[in-house]
Amino acid sequence: MDTDHTPQAAGTVTPPTADALPAAAPRIDCRDINVFYGPTQAIHNVSLSFPDRAVTALIGPSGCGKSTFLRCLNRMNDTIESCRVDGQILMDGQNINDHSIDAVLLRSRVGMVFQKPNPFPKSIFDNIAYGPRIHGLASSREDLDAIVEKSLRRAGLWEEVKDRLQAPGTSLSGGQQQRLCIARAIAVRPEVILMDEPCSALDPVATARIEELIDELRKRYCIVIVTHSMQQAARVSQRTAFFHLGNLIEMGETEQIFTNPREKRTEDYITGRFG
Amino acid sequence: MTDPAPSTFSSPEAIKRLKRRRAADVRFRYYGMGAIVLALGALVMLALSIGSQAVSAATYHVARYDVTLDRAVIAPPGEDTPEEISRNVDGFWSLVRNNLLETFPEADLDRASRTEASEFITRLAVLPAARKVAAEPQLIGNEMTVSAPLNDDLDLYLKGQAFPERRVRVGSLSSASQQEAGLARLEGQGAFTPILSAITSLEADGADLSEGSVLLTAGSSTGRLSDLQPDAASLELLTGTLDDFRSGNATARIIALPEAQRVVSDQQIAWTLALKEMGRISREPRWSLLTNSDSTYPELAGGLAALVGSLFTMLVTALVAIPIGILAAVYLEEFAPKNRLTDFIEVNINNLAAVPSIVFGLLGAAVYLNFLGMPRSAPLVGGLVLALMTFPVVIIASRAALKAVPPSVRSGALAIGASQMQTVFHHVVPLAAPGIFTGAILGMARALGETAPLLLIGMVAFVGDVPKGPTDESTVMPVLIFTWSNNAERAWEPMTSAMIVILLAVLLLMNGLVVFLRRKYERRW
Repeated sequence: MDTDHTPQAAGTVTPPTADALPAAAPRIDCRDINVFYGPTQAIHNVSLSFPDRAVTALIGPSGCGKSTFLRCLNRMNDTIESCRVDGQILMDGQNINDHSIDAVLLRSRVGMVFQKPNPFPKSIFDNIAYGPRIHGLASSREDLDAIVEKSLRRAGLWEEVKDRLQAPGTSLSGGQQQRLCIARAIAVRPEVILMDEPCSALDPVATARIEELIDELRKRYCIVIVTHSMQQAARVSQRTAFFHLGNLIEMGETEQIFTNPREKRTEDYITGRFG
Repeated sequence: MTDPAPSTFSSPEAIKRLKRRRAADVRFRYYGMGAIVLALGALVMLALSIGSQAVSAATYHVARYDVTLDRAVIAPPGEDTPEEISRNVDGFWSLVRNNLLETFPEADLDRASRTEASEFITRLAVLPAARKVAAEPQLIGNEMTVSAPLNDDLDLYLKGQAFPERRVRVGSLSSASQQEAGLARLEGQGAFTPILSAITSLEADGADLSEGSVLLTAGSSTGRLSDLQPDAASLELLTGTLDDFRSGNATARIIALPEAQRVVSDQQIAWTLALKEMGRISREPRWSLLTNSDSTYPELAGGLAALVGSLFTMLVTALVAIPIGILAAVYLEEFAPKNRLTDFIEVNINNLAAVPSIVFGLLGAAVYLNFLGMPRSAPLVGGLVLALMTFPVVIIASRAALKAVPPSVRSGALAIGASQMQTVFHHVVPLAAPGIFTGAILGMARALGETAPLLLIGMVAFVGDVPKGPTDESTVMPVLIFTWSNNAERAWEPMTSAMIVILLAVLLLMNGLVVFLRRKYERRW
């Protein structure tokens, strides 16, 4: 299976739904990505680009490689010993897959939120402050307080936790924990936020809160979200990429994918005939 | 198979099957309860057998001697520096012995009696008094009460553990008259019938009383009975006066064991009972078990040197085994690549944990003593040997604790740009800390109870002084227990049990610390 999408820069086509897609180069541009777990190939020749200030959803059945692909974008696959990533992932014209790029610095620019909320077993304050501390983003206690407050505000959590910043992060509800994790990612001032099924462990109300938040964050960040819920992809994303068996089947404006898919397999998946 | 669903619930086969399953449930529950009862029973038996022995060693009999501190005896000219006074054990001992001889004039009559009296106090037992006088020289020339533990055999006798003894009350005596040399005639209507019937019943039980003794005590006087008849008997007065027998109630002690086979003679029993009657012997808690060092005399022996030796040994073990073990575990679990080599290392660490401890002793003797020339019998070497034994345990426990930390914590930290080192030391290790410390302390507890490897590096030597550092000669508690249990004298038996109780108390303390740490730092994630 060859790459199917027409390589186009984001914004060449003005989508009817996207309100503020800038006519700029894509934030991340992936070219011919192949991922191997030992002898098994998990991703086949995927080329894909992500526009800035927009949400891109990666959808597909379980095991299709969408999470693996997402993890290439901040090199989390480095931690898996048998995993090998080939191809170019360009960010600001630099290949982040290059060994001269330090994964630690990359991850400070590309934040990530996981499937299950994973706050550190520390206080709410320390959860947020940990990133700025290790990256030296705050020069004083006041700075740090300001960063923590700003991050929590952006994650829509400030009002709920401002009186108990010293309470353990794990004492929050699931949805709050996930927003805490988003705030934690925001605190190190990333440009890109990766979300790996961020709502799959949450109830519908908490999910709605997170989705609102994603829509809000879209104004500042390039967001890539992996989701199992097609409704969610339709609700939050401007662009959607459909993966199947490690191949990128189709990539396009979300509305187009959901209303008028070019590929038969995309249509079958969206209409629930498999997956 | 084709039956409709409802019938399977009520079919006889289904009910039979269900019954079998229920029976298996119940059986399993009984097996479990049986196992627990067995384990508890073993524990209770251990506690009872050691505890009952140890209780008798928890107290001992101390005798008091009122002496005048004669300068000529304890600090003769030329030997009167505090140091010389504190070492003048012979001088103090002779004061105490003379006091005993004054109390019992009959002891001073011949050489054999003097020897018997001398056995009351071990020479070294007066050492604390000597040290006290050396520290306060103004006491010289004054009266002083010297307290010294009673000889261990007499102590055991007073505790009733030396040999079987039957005590009976005798009837009232009507007359006690002095006969020829040393013998007195006691008379009383039916006074000695209780003794005779006791002897009959003892003989019926198979005891041989032909060479045994019958001692009669009244007040602080004691004599040996012979020529027993229901209404009269002959008394050989051992100590005291006949007057006591005329006035007081007398108690007879029937001892089947011949005097020649006993460590305590009739004469010594008489004096001991007299001292006790005078209120000069009291039973006191044996703090010396914790404040004295080892001694060849059980009444003076204590475990302080071994306790301190154990402490130094554990210190060396902890300083070596815990950091190395934890760092090795962190490296293997978090940093090392997973390949054949690390697999091989892992297998061998597990093997190392299973190596019999005596092998580590041999290794220690060969490497530390012979090759590196370290001092023998030193806690330094003992600690290093035990560290070899402990650190695989620490590694295994630490790795298990690190494995238990959910990977989400690692990815969370990595994803906001923490380096691997920061991830491990800021997030993973703190979460694993309770488990790591549990493993470390349990490993240390095991090392604390270890005897075999320490025997091989010479820590079994008799050590009379409290070690001042990890390179001094020393022994440790389990080795002391081993040594004491090999000693011949009867008194060592309860002493050994008491030492075991102290060791168990220390171990219990360490395990309590584990529980406390777990409770305190256990976190949910």
